[in-house]
Amino acid sequence: MINIRDKGVEIWENSGKTTRIAIATLSIALVASLPFMGGTILNTPIASYESVLVYPIAMFVLMAIGLNIVIGKSGLLDLGYVAFFAIGAYTMGLLGTKTGLNAWEILPIGIAMSMFAGLVLGVPALKLRGDYLAIVTLGFGEIVRIVALNLGPLGRSEGIIGIPTPPPIFGVEYSFDSHRVYYWTLLIMILVAIWMVRRLSARRAGRAWESIREDEDVAELLGVPTFRYKIWAFVLGASVGGAAGVIYASKTLFIAPDNFTLQISILILACVVFGGMGNIWGVILGAVVLGYLPDRIRFLSEARLLVFGLVLVIMMNLRPDGLLPRKKREKAIPVKEKQ
Amino acid sequence: MIGNFFDQFWSLTFGGLSLGFIYILIALGYTLVYGVLRMINFANSEIFMVGTFATVIVVRDLFKFTQSSEYATGFRLWFILGVALIITMSVSGLLSVVVELVAYRRLRRRNSGVLAPLISAIGVSMVLAESVRIMTDSRPVASPRAMEKKFLGEFFDAGIRLDNTIIVVAALVLFFILWSFINRTRLGKAIRAVSMNPSAAKLMGIDIDKIVSATFLIGGVLTGAAGFFYVLKYENTGSSIGFELGIAAFTAAIIGGIGNIKGAFFGGLALGLLETYASFFLGTQWKAVTVFIVLVLVLYTKPSGLFGESITRTRV
Repeated sequence: MINIRDKGVEIWENSGKTTRIAIATLSIALVASLPFMGGTILNTPIASYESVLVYPIAMFVLMAIGLNIVIGKSGLLDLGYVAFFAIGAYTMGLLGTKTGLNAWEILPIGIAMSMFAGLVLGVPALKLRGDYLAIVTLGFGEIVRIVALNLGPLGRSEGIIGIPTPPPIFGVEYSFDSHRVYYWTLLIMILVAIWMVRRLSARRAGRAWESIREDEDVAELLGVPTFRYKIWAFVLGASVGGAAGVIYASKTLFIAPDNFTLQISILILACVVFGGMGNIWGVILGAVVLGYLPDRIRFLSEARLLVFGLVLVIMMNLRPDGLLPRKKREKAIPVKEKQ
Repeated sequence: MIGNFFDQFWSLTFGGLSLGFIYILIALGYTLVYGVLRMINFANSEIFMVGTFATVIVVRDLFKFTQSSEYATGFRLWFILGVALIITMSVSGLLSVVVELVAYRRLRRRNSGVLAPLISAIGVSMVLAESVRIMTDSRPVASPRAMEKKFLGEFFDAGIRLDNTIIVVAALVLFFILWSFINRTRLGKAIRAVSMNPSAAKLMGIDIDKIVSATFLIGGVLTGAAGFFYVLKYENTGSSIGFELGIAAFTAAIIGGIGNIKGAFFGGLALGLLETYASFFLGTQWKAVTVFIVLVLVLYTKPSGLFGESITRTRV
């Protein structure tokens, strides 16, 4: 596995600009054409293959990229990530049914709402060390669900129904069963998220996060404003979760507190850890594998969290760094000097 | 509302006290392990959950109680309660030792930091919770009532119930056994030494692995006892109660100052009472929210908890 990662990096770094563009275009085209491969071996036996591509796979990938900023890049253990997903979805649900705004107008509002929630949670919680942060975020995730379950305007356990689909954009129609269109929309969002994370990683923010992850005290002593960068990581992670939530609500047309349980937080965490904390390609691989497998192997479905638990234990014991672990720092320094 | 509250003050307080003592025992499970490893034993909540099922199985299948059978009395009652308690404590204690072996030992030897063991402990707790969920079809399980919940007397018009009394007395006894064990015995001294400074303890010839196992065993035994008391009081259980009670008990441990035995005691009491009063005013559905808000407030205003141990920077 380590060889695959190094090989990929080697090919990428040794090729010129045209080859890079060619590789990128080809891979994007390949991934974008996945909905047409339903008849092949990839097909899922019971659930519709195209809908599986949208949820869980693409949605998990997007959320895993967001959570990776928090856990993988900065080493902050967030066990309540589903809260931001829920806040995005409920923003879409409420505004979509109560006001005339459409999904594209709500998307930035949903993102802003979840970023704000990230800030509100982050300011008290990020003063704490890793394992306390884990418990506080876990509590926060449950609180958001409980509030949705008990607050009248949020529909209590019935949730919100009749959420409108997004209006056509560039002549492309969205409807309940146009899975492909949603898949491509999510793909674009995933690409934007990847671009954002890669840009940030190469800059001051990325280095600050990495130093916080490796040793917070040393980072602070060396002048990194650790608290500010931790808040940034948290809020950015929340924004991706919120965006995923908005699209999710506009796709399913119906949301209820049951869709936002702790299990989602744990599943996304499993994607990040399984793939390789801190390495965006590893995280994507992890999300694809863990999103796809339970539907491909149907007998796992009832026991799927059980199997996830086992996988987590075994993975952490055998490969604490995941399938495609992040590159070590000593390799990154010479690359930077070349630029 | 306020008048009602004062009318019911003592009966609420007795209920809150027994809940508080259940929290104390679970919180001790967290705090002991934290003291030695400086890590949260995430699976402790599921050890509690398995403990409640052990009690139900003993009462229902070993002693053949059903929902309609007669209450046990006299010697037979105490025998049944004693056997159930001991079996529950042993099951939870052993499970806790296994959890340490599976989730922590290898990673601890490799010095893998804090996140990796925490995630593998989450994995173990998922395996436990999910296995039980699948075995019980996600349904709550009622425990047959072996003991009549009679009133022993009255205190300001509030009935003192037998089950609450047993919980408070037995938990106090267990707490003082633990207290003298940690402070008086050789093994207790070794546990304290490891929690103060693991490297120095190792240099003094203390077998760290053995001490860690012993700590998990004691923590599991106390958590199991909490499971027994929970079933005695509420007479039902389910695969998800570990999560609910676990996060509350953990909050209790933090309120008191985690890693600190005395802190777990007062934190548990405070939380049990607070939660009971809050449910009275706001309704039980907001109970978890209250717990969470208390947790955040305590962490924000006094990060070291009531009895010390800075938790913002415990690990150097």
